Amino acid sequence: MSLIDNNEVFDRIRQDISNNDIVLYMKGSAVFPQCGYSAAVVQVLNNLGLPFRDIDVLSDPGLRQGIKDFANWPTIPQLYIKGEFIGGCDIVRDMYSSGELRKLLTDKGLLQE
Amino acid sequence: MDAAMLEALIRAGIPDASVAVEDIRGDGAHYAATVISPSFEGKSRLDQHRMVFKALEGHVGETLHALQLTTRAGNGT
Repeated sequence: MSLIDNNEVFDRIRQDISNNDIVLYMKGSAVFPQCGYSAAVVQVLNNLGLPFRDIDVLSDPGLRQGIKDFANWPTIPQLYIKGEFIGGCDIVRDMYSSGELRKLLTDKGLLQE
Repeated sequence: MDAAMLEALIRAGIPDASVAVEDIRGDGAHYAATVISPSFEGKSRLDQHRMVFKALEGHVGETLHALQLTTRAGNGT
């Protein structure tokens, strides 16, 4: 991945995460997740009744590596809320069970009390 | 990668950590690990996980398909 490609991928990522309140970079799609960990985060978002943008990294190898470089995080899925990297499957599930995720979403005006 | 190597890599990267590793599917590629370390103090959960990933430089997502990670500041005694 040369630097130039990286910038192009980073620009695309920045655009996606600023144009969409909630973005999930995942393997597969929300309707057809291709990996258990991606499916688990989709489940959390569905449980909260939240619309979100799902982006399948399997169909774009440049993005698959670029998103890992962008977030300095070696795995997929990756959840972004209001442009901020929240975490992967473990952290999202921890935050969901502790209520921290619900609070974050409410604070950011994405979830009614 | 086997559990012992995974544990050794984390300990080498975070010397004061107490580490518990479990091979959740018995296939050497899906692990759960709990890492407790004083050096996590004051760090976000994301940064705590990044410290563990750094200790596992290059393995996570490659030879190590899935690592279910739990981290906590403090000493594990």
